[in-house]
Amino acid sequence: MASEEMEQLVRREYKQGFVTDIESDTVPPGLDESVIAFISQKKDEPQWMLEWRLEAYRQWLKMTPPSWAHLEYPEIDYQAISYFSAPKKPEDRPQSLDEVDPKLLETYEKLGIPLHERAALAGVAVDAVFDSVSVTTTFKEKLAEAGVIFCSISEAIREYPELVRQYLGTVVPQADNFFAALNSAVFTDGSFVYVPEGVTCPMELSTYFRINAANTGQFERTLIICDKKAQVSYLEGCTAPMRDENQLHAAVVELVALEDAYIKYSTVQNWYPGDEDGKGGIYNFVTKRGDCRGDRSRISWTQVETGSAITWKYPSCMLRGKESIGEFYSVAVTNGRQQADTGTKMVHIGENTRSTIVAKGIAAGHSDQAYRGLVKIGPRAKGARNYTQCDSLLIGDKCGAHTFPYQEIGNSSATVEHEATTSKIADDQLFYCRARGIDEEDAVSMIVNGFCKDVFQELPMEFAVEAEALLNVTLEGSVG
Amino acid sequence: MLEVKDLHVTVEDKAILKGLDLTVNAGEVHAIMGPNGAGKSTLSAVIAGKEGYEVTQGTILFEGQDVLEMEIEERARAGLLLGFQYPIEIPGVKNIYLLKAALNAQREARGEGEIPAPEFMKLVREKSAQMQMDPSFLQRAVNEGFSGGEKKRNEILQMLVLEPKLAMLDEIDSGLDIDAMKIVAQGVNSLRSAGRAILLVTHYQRLLNHIEPDRVHVLVDGRIVKSGDKELALELEARGYEWVLEESVA
Ligand SMILES: Nc1ncnc2c1ncn2[C@@H]1O[C@H](COP(=O)(O)OP(=O)(O)OP(=O)(O)O)[C@@H](O)[C@H]1O
Ligand SMILES: [Mg+2]
Repeated sequence: MASEEMEQLVRREYKQGFVTDIESDTVPPGLDESVIAFISQKKDEPQWMLEWRLEAYRQWLKMTPPSWAHLEYPEIDYQAISYFSAPKKPEDRPQSLDEVDPKLLETYEKLGIPLHERAALAGVAVDAVFDSVSVTTTFKEKLAEAGVIFCSISEAIREYPELVRQYLGTVVPQADNFFAALNSAVFTDGSFVYVPEGVTCPMELSTYFRINAANTGQFERTLIICDKKAQVSYLEGCTAPMRDENQLHAAVVELVALEDAYIKYSTVQNWYPGDEDGKGGIYNFVTKRGDCRGDRSRISWTQVETGSAITWKYPSCMLRGKESIGEFYSVAVTNGRQQADTGTKMVHIGENTRSTIVAKGIAAGHSDQAYRGLVKIGPRAKGARNYTQCDSLLIGDKCGAHTFPYQEIGNSSATVEHEATTSKIADDQLFYCRARGIDEEDAVSMIVNGFCKDVFQELPMEFAVEAEALLNVTLEGSVG
Repeated sequence: MLEVKDLHVTVEDKAILKGLDLTVNAGEVHAIMGPNGAGKSTLSAVIAGKEGYEVTQGTILFEGQDVLEMEIEERARAGLLLGFQYPIEIPGVKNIYLLKAALNAQREARGEGEIPAPEFMKLVREKSAQMQMDPSFLQRAVNEGFSGGEKKRNEILQMLVLEPKLAMLDEIDSGLDIDAMKIVAQGVNSLRSAGRAILLVTHYQRLLNHIEPDRVHVLVDGRIVKSGDKELALELEARGYEWVLEESVA
């Protein structure tokens, strides 16, 4: 499309006169401009935000879903999805834990989730299941003292419009890809973080504080900005299996690190993968990107992925600032009929930029996973360096793991190293452990945890412990 | 303690053990010698429960229990230990972690409950010192990057911590220098007691200079063709296996 045309499109005024019923809490399935206007109005958004959404929507209409990933799934009917629904009314939710799938409860127990939190996670209609109000309050006070802003993206759009406007979409542009465009048009939930210059955020920020918010976001949008010399560690997700009515999830996460800033973003995700045949599982299409905009800035992604029926996700780093650093540490576990296509992109733009990729894939059952990594060294990235290590571990012989490393090197002074291994969980290793008296399941989890150690040690302490427990639960029954 | 009767084992339809008999009593040390490929490692692996071997005939009893009916870990918990000819590397899993998991699994099976951490540390330090292994080995991944001799010493360390009733040590002497051989032998000897038995697979008489066996067996082509006392090992060292074979055919 000619850029003029594009500009016209973008500038086109939002036409008034849509028929929307603002009183209603839910829109019928389907997506058009009136639905977007409805969402924007519901959220009490300024005009520029609505226009931004509409621009995204108009571009999305011209796009097609990516077809190159190593995944198979039925075509998604985007007109069959409802793009705004209020949280379920209490009377429509399970009234007590007795009404919840016992299997789910069993898993919570194995993961060591405190009793009072289980109800919230399972979607039980209880008010103030745990003392979230006071926790949140003391927590907010402490952050405010430090000058850190941490709130929902909707609140940020209303309360800090200049900040949001300055940064939103500057890392992941509206039309970046099919799912990002859809997200830009319809996002309704997500977090916003701003850490001012020179401030080290006094605590780890966690979406965990939102678990008693009624609905998990289907189209989450997260924006984190670390100003000069600021630092923050952000934890996303939790290890409890999350069920959701919405099968399609398309989140966007944007990170901006200015000069000497450091953002550490850790994810432990455990979406419901579906039953043994993969039915009812979540499709997770995520765009996560960090922009090392300032010199000597650093962004580190650490993720442990065990859930979803389908995962499509490539946290990446744009290394613009001189001597900026991008890191990606990942463990992806697939079991049953799960499919995962994950990886990362490290784009070296500035001089002497460095990146490290450590990706560990574990496939069990009939699952299939792919690692896809792009290391791109631009012409100005003198002295850039990358180290990539991807290892796959297969449990059983019905699963698969594939690695697709891509390199585009535009500067001869760059150093790019790549190491890859695929191993089967060796019968020898299992025999060795069992011949010492360790039972088979414990032996598998011991070997797998050993395999993942390089990544687990990048996780914040608490998360690392949870991640190990999660891994064990995920792989239960994968041998024997 | 161990009673193997008329044991026939095949691997991928190839007969390896062809009617093997062996009895080891508590308090005894037995050595098994024999040419390469005779089936020595197969015998100890089958007793320990390694998969891929088919027992087509015969029985193995350990303290009266039918070993062939037991899972690998059950055999270990009952007091059987296999010291590997080629110890396995497990990246990312600390040596001390494996030791602790193994010991606790065995204790639990005996209804003893987990060993308290300080007690465990004391035990492990003591045993590593006995094997003259630097404590740093405990913090390294299981056998990863260990030299051949270090791996063998690590096998004995595990044995000392787990205190099996029957230890089957497969070529524990291969790859050891002279000093390490003495350390390993001293480790094995320290476990000798009236209630325990040891089965040594070896090619060399020199190990038996350090660990004196009660019985020596010659395993050829899947059968024990000759048994004797420690003098037999000396004779084998001097004359090789040829004469034993001829004698057994005659
Ligand atoms: N998995 C297998 N597949 C095919 N043949 C096997 C297998 N395992 C063992 N064998 C064969 O069984 C025979 C006995 O092997 P084993 O390892 O028991 O011998 P050994 O007496 O321990 O020899 P060495 O002194 O060389 O250690 C050999 O011929 C070997 O090739
Ligand atoms: Mg052998």
